[in-house]
Amino acid sequence: MSEQPATLGEAVIGAKDAGRRLNMIEAINEALDIMLTRDPDVIIMGEDVGYFGGVFRATAGLQAKHGKTRVFDTPISECGIIGVAVGMGAYGLRPVPEIQFADYIYPGLDQLVSEAARLRYRSAGDYIAPMTVRSPFGGGIFGGQTHSQSPEALFTHVAGLKTVIPATPHDAKGLLISAIEDNDPVIFFEPKRIYNGPFSGYYDKPVEPWKKHPDSVVPEGYYKVPLGKARTVREGEALTVLAYGTMVHVAEAVCAAKGVDAEILDLRTLVPLDIKAIEASVAKTGRCLVVHEATRTSGFGAELSALVTERCFYHLEAPVERVTGFDTPYPHSLEWAYFPGPVRIGEAIDKLLKD
Amino acid sequence: MAGSGNPAEGNRPALALHVPEPRYRPGDTADFSHIDIGAPGDQPRPDEGVHPSQMAGLAYGLVRVLGDDNLAHGPWNPRLSPDRLRTMLGHMALVRAFDERMFRGQRQGKTSFYMKCTGEEATSIAPAMALASDDMIFPSYRQQGILIARGYPLIEMINQIYSNKADKLKGRQLPIMYSSREHSFFSISGNLATQCPQAVGWAMASACRGDSRIAASWVGEGSTAEGDFHSACTFAAVYNAPVILNVVNNQWAISSFSGFAGAERTTFAARGLGYGIAALRVDGNDPLACYAAAEWAATRARGNHGPSLIEYFTYRAEGHSTSDDPSGYRSAQERDEWPLGDPVNRLKNHLIAIGEWDEERQSAMDLECAERVKTTTKEAEKNGILGHGLHHPFHTMFEDVYEELPWHLEEQAEQAIRERIAKFGTERPFG
Repeated sequence: MSEQPATLGEAVIGAKDAGRRLNMIEAINEALDIMLTRDPDVIIMGEDVGYFGGVFRATAGLQAKHGKTRVFDTPISECGIIGVAVGMGAYGLRPVPEIQFADYIYPGLDQLVSEAARLRYRSAGDYIAPMTVRSPFGGGIFGGQTHSQSPEALFTHVAGLKTVIPATPHDAKGLLISAIEDNDPVIFFEPKRIYNGPFSGYYDKPVEPWKKHPDSVVPEGYYKVPLGKARTVREGEALTVLAYGTMVHVAEAVCAAKGVDAEILDLRTLVPLDIKAIEASVAKTGRCLVVHEATRTSGFGAELSALVTERCFYHLEAPVERVTGFDTPYPHSLEWAYFPGPVRIGEAIDKLLKD
Repeated sequence: MAGSGNPAEGNRPALALHVPEPRYRPGDTADFSHIDIGAPGDQPRPDEGVHPSQMAGLAYGLVRVLGDDNLAHGPWNPRLSPDRLRTMLGHMALVRAFDERMFRGQRQGKTSFYMKCTGEEATSIAPAMALASDDMIFPSYRQQGILIARGYPLIEMINQIYSNKADKLKGRQLPIMYSSREHSFFSISGNLATQCPQAVGWAMASACRGDSRIAASWVGEGSTAEGDFHSACTFAAVYNAPVILNVVNNQWAISSFSGFAGAERTTFAARGLGYGIAALRVDGNDPLACYAAAEWAATRARGNHGPSLIEYFTYRAEGHSTSDDPSGYRSAQERDEWPLGDPVNRLKNHLIAIGEWDEERQSAMDLECAERVKTTTKEAEKNGILGHGLHHPFHTMFEDVYEELPWHLEEQAEQAIRERIAKFGTERPFG
């Protein structure tokens, strides 16, 4: 790579893997393939994930390579998928179920909240539920209210679950491997808007493919990105932006367009949260913007805002700002009016920097 | 106007909503002569590989072995040795004595909650004896008989019920929500029917691995209304899972009779047929029939012939739990009028009828069980009873939420301990 590394991720990867670029689906597929190969306890199941390879192609080729008892289709029953995954975990397997859209996860909620999340606790370690539930989430693809939701706050509210959201192909692979190896149940939400390329928030501009983005450089083979460690997307002095998933890229583009020297943190995991990175950054900048696509009331942004206020209050020079989706179901035709895009983020930045 | 309807629309008849109502309420004379219990020995016993479509008679009928003559009849007689029968009777007597004592302990304020299985002992103990000791059990909350049949120490059960400092579950669970991996006994949830798809998943994993162990779940008839039960049946059928889905139909789900789970329309066993799952409906107060049905289903699962659904037709002789008073909603006569008798008496009478037991030995055994429970209870009380300080250290409240303690739980643990010191000072033994 001739130019200076643009991100920490790229700097870590180094020159060896330069040029090997994957989109997020390919990176996820590679992580699954590696874990199926490394660990005979890993199995993948979900609706359409077997022969067909998943509606987003995340499991393409895995059944042919690893066999029908390792990668298989399931009935259309999220309750059943999560329920049998709990039983498989109790047996000693390490299931990686896919819920086709996060919007469909609710029939499986009791099995996640009351069973998987509490099994270690209630049995005092007798039984664990080491599953990773993969699910595409978020909007921006004209998916309407049943293919666009961001329900992460439902899961961060549950003691015993971990919630992971990658923002780049590099992280998607490394975080997914960490999640699968983790002995606690992990909700792994994949921002489907950026499966094929990062998103600036300007929906009317041509889609940029991942191959032009430095964090599409994905090392071959096994590597982990640890859970609970945020990524500094960009260092800066003017304000701290806390974001995850698609919104990392939107916030980055808005700050660049406005010429704001923002420090942008990609949280990567919401639980466990990298509170040290947040505290250090807000202590430095004194201003904090929280951005997420999910609805506003009781969203994870409320938790972030409260934490920053509680822990960094005497460093703050302005109230914490939240930019979120509106408190409505995700609309279809008015998707871009709902989406927390450049205008909403820009206004919040202006307000934060006003005095 | 919204919701007002129009009963006069055309010539269409007015619709009527049916809300199920049990036959007998408090004060009523109970009469169960309408229940067709068939005759002992009258049900055929098909080969374990039979196609479920050939089992309609078994799903709607009732498999019975022990007759009014106290002898075993027909092809479902499991032909157990007198020693095995005495062992089974011993387990049942012990569970009954245990239930009596623990119920009393709750009334004496030693714990918050208890659930008896009186009248249903056979539905746990007989299947547990028919399964291998390493077959995996996914219980509901009234299967204490399985732990007893598997030799789980009584003192551990009592420690758990008292939530004391020796409780292996660290005082985290409501009394009787046991867990023992060592005894292949899954952690009891308390949320209903969630264990059903989990049992199927465990069985799928076992099959996936080419293992030889099978799984079995227990659920009450009321909880079969949960979506989890449907998911379990679907997955069990789709993957031909080596699992036994046991439904204990004890007629009552707290105050809701079985009609609210659909019993006015069909049997619970018959639900299996719709999924293509082998289905048996069994006299749940007949320990030999319970054993035979579980043995048949286990053989079927082990031979890769797939899942079975067994309905144990029984009667909940006591309240739902210590928090329930059934005199408020059902006839007190029901228990005595139940046409299938009491499982402990039936097994005892059978052993006497075949010359392998007598009333003197029964009395001695009952006394021995009561003494054993009493002694063990006193032993457990040395570890504390609920609410008397001898609990696990505060920090354990925060452990096992995750494999490792994240920062926010560390902070909260520190706060809990600070609060304790603020309340009691550092004089009192810490923890």
